[in-house]
Amino acid sequence: MSAPPFAEKPSRMAAPVGSRLAASLVPSSRFGGAMPWVIALLTALVVIAAAGGLALGNLAANARADLSGAVTVQVIEADPALREAKAARAAEVLTGETLVRSVRVVPRAELVELLEPWLGEGAASGEVPIPALIDVELTRTADTQEIAALTRALEGEVEGARVDAQSEWLRPVYDALAALQYLALALIALVAFATAAAVWLAARSAFANHRETVEIVHLLGGTDDQVTRIFQRAVIRDAAFGALVGTALGGIAVLALGRQFAGLDSGMVAGGALGLRDWAVIGAVPVIAIALAALTGRITIAFALRKML
Amino acid sequence: MIDKPGEIVKFDNVGLRYGTDPEVLSDLSFTLYPGSFYFLTGASGAGKTSLLKLLYLSQRPSRGAIQMFGKDMVTLPRGRLPDFRRRLGVVFQNFRLVDHLSAFDNVALPLRLAGTEEVRVRKSVSEMLEWVGLAQRAQACPPSLSGGEQQRVAIARAVIARPQMLIADEPTGNVDPEMALKLLRLFEALNNRIGTTVIVATHDVHLLKKVPDSLIMRLHKGRLSDPTGALRFPPRPGGSEPGGRAMSEPAR
Repeated sequence: MSAPPFAEKPSRMAAPVGSRLAASLVPSSRFGGAMPWVIALLTALVVIAAAGGLALGNLAANARADLSGAVTVQVIEADPALREAKAARAAEVLTGETLVRSVRVVPRAELVELLEPWLGEGAASGEVPIPALIDVELTRTADTQEIAALTRALEGEVEGARVDAQSEWLRPVYDALAALQYLALALIALVAFATAAAVWLAARSAFANHRETVEIVHLLGGTDDQVTRIFQRAVIRDAAFGALVGTALGGIAVLALGRQFAGLDSGMVAGGALGLRDWAVIGAVPVIAIALAALTGRITIAFALRKML
Repeated sequence: MIDKPGEIVKFDNVGLRYGTDPEVLSDLSFTLYPGSFYFLTGASGAGKTSLLKLLYLSQRPSRGAIQMFGKDMVTLPRGRLPDFRRRLGVVFQNFRLVDHLSAFDNVALPLRLAGTEEVRVRKSVSEMLEWVGLAQRAQACPPSLSGGEQQRVAIARAVIARPQMLIADEPTGNVDPEMALKLLRLFEALNNRIGTTVIVATHDVHLLKKVPDSLIMRLHKGRLSDPTGALRFPPRPGGSEPGGRAMSEPAR
């Protein structure tokens, strides 16, 4: 009988688990399991929510930039002749201010045209007194105190003149946009939580299905770290598939929506277009999703292993 | 047999119970020495498998002290257990092969977990499978192997990494007498050439006669006894055991 062949004495140190060994110990589901598809759906939702939030942020920032550099002056006077005289005086006063770049008294015909949809033919008849409007472009973005100083200067010279900072008119709109942005953020946080929960459930299920293998690996000298890496690799693989598919689906939806809104040909909506930086943020979504899944998987398996000897 | 000083295993008043059930092992106190060959016998339900579980670090005792390789295994943090498990080779009673791995990959598992180079893994595993007569079945998965073939894969896996202590639970139960003898020679070779301490649990009294230098541990209702019935191990010098060598303090 020949002598039995024994391997050379192996290292007693824990070795990093090779990808081939890891793949063979926890066979892949070939994306047949639910987890990759759940992650794909959740990632698509995050991409859409993130794109929506970023677009709303852009929209608000652009509108604010357009309007915060301008004010409107109303001259309220029932007598048309006096109103015109006051408007002219107001324009004169405003032109002398260093903060003011340009002044334009809105022609009456233009005002009538603006108000006709609301006041009907009465707007043109002269029966309804319409204040004179002066469009004032400022040299820069003015703060509240500068607007107040401008108002004081004007009111001292022209009785019945009122200064409206245009950004103030849109404050409720900005507030609504901010609320929608917070909603998008909350949605992203919820979906991230749901993703972590899905990975937690899938990792626990995978661990339960392969418990016998884990015990064998342990008894043959496998460390917790080796076992965790085996499962983490499977989680990362599924998460990567789901995150990439989800980002592609979400990206297609965002592009389609963008095209739809662009079709409205509205100046305000155009301000919500996504820039390169926004697309970079959206591009980071799958990376963050994979990292979140890997971390959740690792913690889940580490907790499960602590219950074993 | 390679003589080594010291103790490889020392049990002191060890008891084991599962949950709130009565103790399955009670008052076990014994010492195993490096390079010795032990048979563990006893009727079904005597506690052989439970004792082996304590030895291959799958269970901690309910009471008592266990020292292995000079370390206290009862208080050893679980994170340090793998280092000691790597010194053991285990043939489980139900083999515990990984069903979705081939026979080759099952045998290679201890080497791969220890980070052995793949070229060396391939060479060593191929030679071992050839030696246990499974070269043609290397790519077969355990469910398609017979009981005897599975047992040989389990034994190959247990010895491939040259363990310091080999623990085998009924390792020849499913093979024919010729293969049983061959596998026993494998254990002896491991014992003689590398100095591995071997502990074989078996019902087979004929097997005990095949290894003349072996010592016999007898379990009866969870307690260890020498051939005279005294609750101690190793037994008093001068006793004798059928088939085994004259019972005495083990060679050291």
